[in-house]
Amino acid sequence: MVTVNGARYERTVEPRLLLSDFLRNELGLTGTHVGCEHGVCGACTVLLDGEAVRSCLMFAVQADGHAVTTVEGLTDGGGGPLHPLQAAFHEAHGLQCGFCTPGILMTLVPFLRDHPHPDEREIREALSGNLCRCTGYQNIVAAVRLASDGIPTPDR
Amino acid sequence: MKPARFDYFAPGTVDEALALLAEHGDQAKPLAGGQSLIPAMNFRLARPQVLVDLNQVAALSYIRANGSGLAIGAMTRQRAVERSDLVARAAPLLAEAMPSIAHPQIRNRGTVGGSLAHADPSAELPAVALALETRFRAKSATGERWIPAGEFFKGMLETALEPGELLVEIAIPPLPARSGTAFLEMARRHGDYALVGVAAVVTLEANGRCQAARVALLSVGDGPVLASEAATVLAGQAPSAELARAAGERAASRDVDPPSDIHASAAYRRRLVAVLTRRALERAFERAEKGSGEQGAVPSG
Ligand SMILES: Cc1cc2nc3c(=O)[nH]c(=O)nc-3n(C[C@H](O)[C@H](O)[C@H](O)COP(=O)(O)OP(=O)(O)OC[C@H]3O[C@@H](n4cnc5c(N)ncnc54)[C@H](O)[C@@H]3O)c2cc1C
Ligand code: FES
Ligand code: FES
Repeated sequence: MVTVNGARYERTVEPRLLLSDFLRNELGLTGTHVGCEHGVCGACTVLLDGEAVRSCLMFAVQADGHAVTTVEGLTDGGGGPLHPLQAAFHEAHGLQCGFCTPGILMTLVPFLRDHPHPDEREIREALSGNLCRCTGYQNIVAAVRLASDGIPTPDR
Repeated sequence: MKPARFDYFAPGTVDEALALLAEHGDQAKPLAGGQSLIPAMNFRLARPQVLVDLNQVAALSYIRANGSGLAIGAMTRQRAVERSDLVARAAPLLAEAMPSIAHPQIRNRGTVGGSLAHADPSAELPAVALALETRFRAKSATGERWIPAGEFFKGMLETALEPGELLVEIAIPPLPARSGTAFLEMARRHGDYALVGVAAVVTLEANGRCQAARVALLSVGDGPVLASEAATVLAGQAPSAELARAAGERAASRDVDPPSDIHASAAYRRRLVAVLTRRALERAFERAEKGSGEQGAVPSG
């Protein structure tokens, strides 16, 4: 039995099913993306009991008895208003194709909880475990600054 | 599905885990944080037939004062060590090295015991353990033994642990008075495996001369390398920039035979050994001089 975004699920699965595939294929929560499946890209990052982890480097059975939060959990199951961090990504153009975005959001949520007013170096370090092929990170950093300190994107 | 089929057990105690490992012999592998084992299984580079998941063995997760040293349970998350005030005080070298291990998302799952048992030559913890003369407590269904760091690391991804044996604890002894430590590494990006890293421990005599030094290097061989030639350069000498430089040069020329790979050439790694050893020693000497064990107060970076 696992709690995902506040809802409880009970399933019987093969031990070798990765948590990422469980979320996507069993629960239909396809907001959690899968890129490299060996821990490098960060696209699959979710929260396990409130801390960011790679869902491709856990077996679903290991989440038994724990609480998982996916990107859908930021908006009340996908239907609610955008989380302030998502709103900042929207505002600051912090995404292009969006493939990396769920993992980046789930990395940043606990980071901003622990560092409410990070400086740019801290932000870049926090992002070091998430690869983005589109944005060059510049606007992602801008979005984090907007979310944390209300600093708007400079005009370009 | 990516990993090959396996039987899965999640014992709640060390004894149950040891019994399962004994029963399944070399078909079985312990699963700790999974941050090295699961990637290998996803690629089917590893195909254990039986996984003994240690994540429910709560008794293996702790950080305790051990006299004035430290005892850390094998299943303690790397993130817990990074955040521990006790570690910052009792083993500042370990505290300084932690943020260099991968990324927070990996450290939230990865364990101390898993990293040491995996024994990647580019990993930070084996070098730190070697520099700090850590002792390793191993248990099997038939008994228990302590292994000194110098005998624990056997080569590329190889340790003294036998099949059926679990690493259950590490014990880090306290440093003598007038000691200072420093950890430094060079990586392409923050969180990447290091091209070269160095963990340095120095102890001064009352007259300020260097009494002893232990410098352990990572990413320069099949496992962590103790720079014993560099240590002989330092013994009995008064700390100075010149001395640190000489020790760094000696480490680069005599202690290591680094590999060339796609990340760095052997020559570049040798250069890094000289420079990083010098810088780490300068920092460690400075901390030892400021000293009286208050190294935890010294900012890292
Ligand atoms: C993207 C990425 C980047 C990384 N970067 C770094 C880095 O820069 N530096 C670094 O040091 N590491 C790095 N790692 C590896 C990470 O630190 C792992 O957590 C660590 O190597 C293994 O620890 P684990 O607890 O995850 O062990 P697992 O992956 O569960 O196990 C590793 C091996 O050790 C064995 N084992 C585990 N625990 C025990 C035990 N108690 N007794 C006996 N055997 C045991 C397992 O059977 C397995 O063979 C990285 C990993 C990833 C995915
Ligand atoms: S898919 Fe998990 S880190 Fe890339
Ligand atoms: S927005 Fe395309 S990968 Fe980041």
